Amino acid sequence: MDQQPIISFKNVNKIYNNGTVGLKDINFDIPRGEFLVVVGLSGAGKSTLLRTINRMHEISSGEITIENEPISDYKGQSLRLLRRKIGMIFQDFNLIKRSTVQRNVLSGRVSYYPTWKSVLNLFSAADKDRAIRALERVNLTEKLYTRADELSGGQQQRVAIARTLMQDPKVILADEPVASLDPLTTQTVMDILKRLNQEDGITVIVNLHSVALARQYADRIVGLRAGAVVYDKEIADVTEADLTKIYQTA
Amino acid sequence: MTTPEIPQRSWSQRWHVKGVGWTALLVALLVGSSKMTGVDVGMFFSNFDQFTNLLVRMSQPAWSYVPIIIQPLYETIQMAILGTTIGTVFAVPFAVLAASNLVHNQWLRGIIRLILDLVRTLPDLLLAAIFVAIFGIGSTAGVITLAIFSFGMISKLFYEVIETIDMGPLEAMESVGASKVTIIWYAVLPQIMNQFVSYFLYTLEINVRASTVLGYLGAGGIGVFLQRSLSEFDYNKTAVIILATLVVVMVIDGVSNHLRRVLL
Repeated sequence: MDQQPIISFKNVNKIYNNGTVGLKDINFDIPRGEFLVVVGLSGAGKSTLLRTINRMHEISSGEITIENEPISDYKGQSLRLLRRKIGMIFQDFNLIKRSTVQRNVLSGRVSYYPTWKSVLNLFSAADKDRAIRALERVNLTEKLYTRADELSGGQQQRVAIARTLMQDPKVILADEPVASLDPLTTQTVMDILKRLNQEDGITVIVNLHSVALARQYADRIVGLRAGAVVYDKEIADVTEADLTKIYQTA
Repeated sequence: MTTPEIPQRSWSQRWHVKGVGWTALLVALLVGSSKMTGVDVGMFFSNFDQFTNLLVRMSQPAWSYVPIIIQPLYETIQMAILGTTIGTVFAVPFAVLAASNLVHNQWLRGIIRLILDLVRTLPDLLLAAIFVAIFGIGSTAGVITLAIFSFGMISKLFYEVIETIDMGPLEAMESVGASKVTIIWYAVLPQIMNQFVSYFLYTLEINVRASTVLGYLGAGGIGVFLQRSLSEFDYNKTAVIILATLVVVMVIDGVSNHLRRVLL
């Protein structure tokens, strides 16, 4: 593993306009190639933390650096280029339901094209081929021309992963990616994320509320409570007692 | 076995205070406004024979009139299609800018909505009169009137549809690094396309009917013939024109139903 962290939080705070504390003095580094799982109760700030990394949420103070670059000043084109190298998948998949799987997957590539080309659907043959290979990674090539709303939840989440792969991401953020799935498809989706982490060296950050899943897949677990990091250990050092502590409500 | 404790409804919930209150208020408003404007419902019934008299005089449609009105009816449909299309082309960007879930800048949205309110306030008959004065009698005035009328109506219908969409796909496209226009194209359009088509056809239908009225002012189409038959008290011709317009409206309705099913 590279010694330089790919993402680094320094004294990050987030206070919402209504005064609610979203994140409280977050300080930690994420090494390149790590599979990091963030656990915590609903409302602990997991989603907020994840979304500060690709600037879908702004922070109130502190600094986040990605590959040693502070990201808070990016806007317009530079912000889009930042987001291009950070893939994101969601609890509700967020596919364009009335569009085909192919179009959904290709939509992950639009940041490599000028707007007029994406609007006119002028994707190169190489990128159409890339879409097929992305679907191969998630075992769904046969669904290329199927409409997204005809797929099951697990299949939709795999299409979402294929869409993310089109970005050629260095980091994948996954916000509760299996919360809407049954136990079996949960394993499939988590296995794919683990494989992308190990085979492609993509840094993966996953929010989960299941401790069992966290223990099964994580290299390292960070626990959040009320917006603050209350726990941060390598998987080898994690004990059962630690995890129950994270879920204490008091 | 103990019965589980059921929460008690509050007094106002039990007597439906809100529902009853609103209904009473609406009835009061209705009665009040009919009193103040002097609408006499009784007159409708006492003069009903006049209405049946008119129906009787229309009951023998002059079918020989059909070939004569084909051409102007055709012109009416063309005017309606042109006007609706031009209006829609301009309405789409305005609808996007007026949608509160896409544009967070309140000032921009406010100005756009003010413009749209203003356009909708202008009565179409006034517009037709103005454009007939500018462009002279003929279908140009009619098309421009219909275009402006459609613009006002469609942009409102469209932005209200846009405000109901699922924001998830937009978030995904934003996280991918897509530009604003690309986000709208990929994540917004597919969600609203079928409703857009059905509102477009609904407006087209209204425009077919409206252009019969616009003909009164000399704005071309079947309206000219409608006005002529009415002023000559030739109600059997009027009946033919109404029936022909009905056919057109039914065809548009059929197309609309079909497309909505296909595009779902």
